[in-house]
Amino acid sequence: MADGATAVTMAAGVWSGGVHPYAISHKKLGMWLFILSDSLTFSALLVGYSYVRLAAKVWPTPFHFWPSVVTATIMTLVLLSSSLTMVMAVGAAKRGDRKRTTRYLLLTILFGLAFVVLHMNEWRGLIHEGMKLSSNPWGSPLFGATFFSLTGLHMTHVISGVIYLGFVASNFSRGRSTADDVEVSGLYWHFVDLVWMFIFPLVYLLSVKG
Amino acid sequence: MSNQTIGAHEGGSRLYFVVWGVLLGLTSIEVWLAYAQVFSTRGMLTILMALSLVKAALIIAYFMHLRFERATLVFSLIPAVVVIGLLAVFFPDGVRALKLAVH
Repeated sequence: MADGATAVTMAAGVWSGGVHPYAISHKKLGMWLFILSDSLTFSALLVGYSYVRLAAKVWPTPFHFWPSVVTATIMTLVLLSSSLTMVMAVGAAKRGDRKRTTRYLLLTILFGLAFVVLHMNEWRGLIHEGMKLSSNPWGSPLFGATFFSLTGLHMTHVISGVIYLGFVASNFSRGRSTADDVEVSGLYWHFVDLVWMFIFPLVYLLSVKG
Repeated sequence: MSNQTIGAHEGGSRLYFVVWGVLLGLTSIEVWLAYAQVFSTRGMLTILMALSLVKAALIIAYFMHLRFERATLVFSLIPAVVVIGLLAVFFPDGVRALKLAVH
């Protein structure tokens, strides 16, 4: 009886409002929900890539350890380091250190741009070797379609992230956005890093030329 | 009070450096596996996915701060993992498609 009564008062407390079940800001919750839906998009693309690879007679493995896999490893290192500078930016923003926050955000943007440049260069090399969306010289024509859509969508996320962080950095340095905004942009940036942690082994490390 | 906060933060950034180091270490194991080619593709896939899941968990827990959020948020995000797992239902069909292919 006593338990039931407590449950009723608790329920009344929750339903009468003024309670924050997640104890985070609405912006942060919104970003988490976006990440949730985006993770499903990327999972679908990764599963699609793996599915057509499984169902292909000859799946291309065009990546030489040197230079392709080494470049992809440097790209991984760059993204992981950009996540580190991002958490530093969030930490500085929470302390109210505007100068440091801006500096760390700019460093993160630089790492992001380095990733894009390396990736574009790799794409250029593959296209030069004859890889297209619909065909390639090594095997299943689906390799080009799945490779370019998967890494292309990821690169789009990095480019949008660089622009997003640019806005946040410029606004925060002028006191127009809060530490919470920096943290929310950090969530997005780490998610882009996280997705690469699956693309790197599935696409590159499992396709090393034997 | 402010000293305490700064101290706590410095501990925090050391933690981030440690997490970054572990992530780099796991990445170098993955790259070494690709270089040495000691396992079959299936073995490689299993090990690489296990390592990547650990890396993803570290990023979510520490960089994305989820470890320090309320459990309600964690519980709200778990269904996504289940849904992603459900996508694996297609894989047996991928092998079947290969067997049905015209040779």
